[in-house]
Amino acid sequence: MPRSDRMHPCPGATEPRHSTVTETPVITTSGLTKIYRSGGREVTAIDGVDLHVREGEVYGVIGQSGAGKSSLIRCVNLLERPTSGTVTVDGQDLTALAGRGQRASRELRQARSRIGMVFQHFNLLSSRTVQDNVELPLEILGRSGRERSAKALELLDLVGLADKAKAYPAQLSGGQKQRVGIARALAGDPKVLLSDEATSALDPETTRSILQLLRDLNRQLGLTVLLITHEMDVVKTVCDSAALMERGRVVESGTVDELLATPGSQLAAALFPVGGGASGPDSTVLDITFHGESTGRPVISQLARTYNVDVSILGAAVDTVGGAQIGRMRIELPGRYDDNVVPVGFLREQGLQVELVGQDAPARPAGSEVKEVAK
Amino acid sequence: MTWSEMQPLLTQASWDTLYMVGWSTLVTVVLGLPLGVLLVLTDRGGLLQNVVVNKVVGQVVNFGRSLPFIILLIALIPFTKMIMGTYIGRDASIVPLAIGAIPFFARLVETAVREVDHGLVEAVQAMGGSTWTVVRRVLVPEALPSLVSSVTTTVVALIGYSAMAGAVAAGGLGDLAIKQGYLRFETGLMWVTVAVLAVVIALIQYAGDAVARALHRRGGRGGPAPRLRLLKAKEPDAPAGATDEARQAA
Repeated sequence: MPRSDRMHPCPGATEPRHSTVTETPVITTSGLTKIYRSGGREVTAIDGVDLHVREGEVYGVIGQSGAGKSSLIRCVNLLERPTSGTVTVDGQDLTALAGRGQRASRELRQARSRIGMVFQHFNLLSSRTVQDNVELPLEILGRSGRERSAKALELLDLVGLADKAKAYPAQLSGGQKQRVGIARALAGDPKVLLSDEATSALDPETTRSILQLLRDLNRQLGLTVLLITHEMDVVKTVCDSAALMERGRVVESGTVDELLATPGSQLAAALFPVGGGASGPDSTVLDITFHGESTGRPVISQLARTYNVDVSILGAAVDTVGGAQIGRMRIELPGRYDDNVVPVGFLREQGLQVELVGQDAPARPAGSEVKEVAK
Repeated sequence: MTWSEMQPLLTQASWDTLYMVGWSTLVTVVLGLPLGVLLVLTDRGGLLQNVVVNKVVGQVVNFGRSLPFIILLIALIPFTKMIMGTYIGRDASIVPLAIGAIPFFARLVETAVREVDHGLVEAVQAMGGSTWTVVRRVLVPEALPSLVSSVTTTVVALIGYSAMAGAVAAGGLGDLAIKQGYLRFETGLMWVTVAVLAVVIALIQYAGDAVARALHRRGGRGGPAPRLRLLKAKEPDAPAGATDEARQAA
């Protein structure tokens, strides 16, 4: 993507994580439920969702199509009216502003103008130039012509499209269109940006550059981003926190660190799929998650040396999640679990998260047992 | 009848036609555009969903379209007299012409506005736009190329209607062809009038298409609008055909 590189204020691993995240909740939904009625049938799209998005974080909601993520994000700015439950954005209870019927009250419209939104299919007006598209929210806010054009050009510069101001959307590539969409969403100086599958219509490379842009905006402007996606890569690349949705419910949520530290987390497993099964009945298969400082230490070779065991690596992945290095590895040790209690204790002592894989193992890794050995 | 005798008659009749059609087009657009938009907005799932209003307006429009224009012209005589003070002549004929064309135009507007991507409406709502903003900034501007084509079609239809306006002594090219050409056996004059009408209609169609195409191209949706639309309409068929094949395979 042209000129996306100009926006990297502090590249590389040295940048601090969660630099902009505070504990102030910016988007809160409680008991959010949406039921569609059609022809006597009821379809529950969202089923009692409680979401807490903190100020300055990038929060990803991931799920398959039909999981209710799209309804969820539309309920946040009340494009869809929730059947029950409340939505609070930046301290304002939007569900209380809704007014009767389908039409949005003036108060709700004002609240919406402070929430930016970008769409999967960009939704730019084809009859307007790029600049006029970005000016549209400002027209709605009743700003003067000079103010609008100054702001629009500033935003187009920010997204790296200053030279396309007079072009029409049809003359742009998909990635450029989404940049215009993002500039437009930022026109009203929102605190919150909602992203509805913003990268799903883009190729992988463009997806990366758009995600980088969202990340940069999040850092530079302290913008809180709530995004929905069906791509695990998106969560991996930009999210501080994530929630997994299935059939209208949030089944897992938390910061990416927390999720990775949760034994049996589906999200963690999906973020870092490590394959491979046991080679025989007399072996122990372990999933090890490295994060924080343990990533840098040669733990596996220490294990092999110290306990004189043969470690087979069945699968491994190291990746950067939200700016920090995370690794996941599946290893196989000879002998049953009972024979390997000491090596497992060693791994836990090193600050690694160890999970046992396989049916003959106890349902939960026997933590107490390991601790006893460690004493 | 010689050309020098025909010419003043033709000039006068052409002006009469353009005058009637011009004014009635203006009235039709001013009243028909809101009506067409209203049909979309009040429809099920529309921004101002209102089944009663939608059904009533829809029925009125259907009734207006089903009447032959010559009948409407006569039936509206009292109404025309109430508005214009008379029902005879060029000015008075504008009333029935406009009323005949409004339902026709409103349906064309409805179709054009319905084509606008709902995502755009949603985007403007998400910015805090009101329904009026949606109409003014999205529905009408985005449908503009189609709306221009609709106006062209309506003008051509109004030229057709205006031929019958001779029945209320409004003059015009159609009236000239019938009264002077046909009833007084001036076959030459009749053919010349027909030729003039054909040229006028061709010019209007050409101009309308050119404007629609220019607007279309500005939006970049490519190509000459009216002709290629036939070809483009086939594109969505392809996936439908594919599913049929899949169904057969299954």
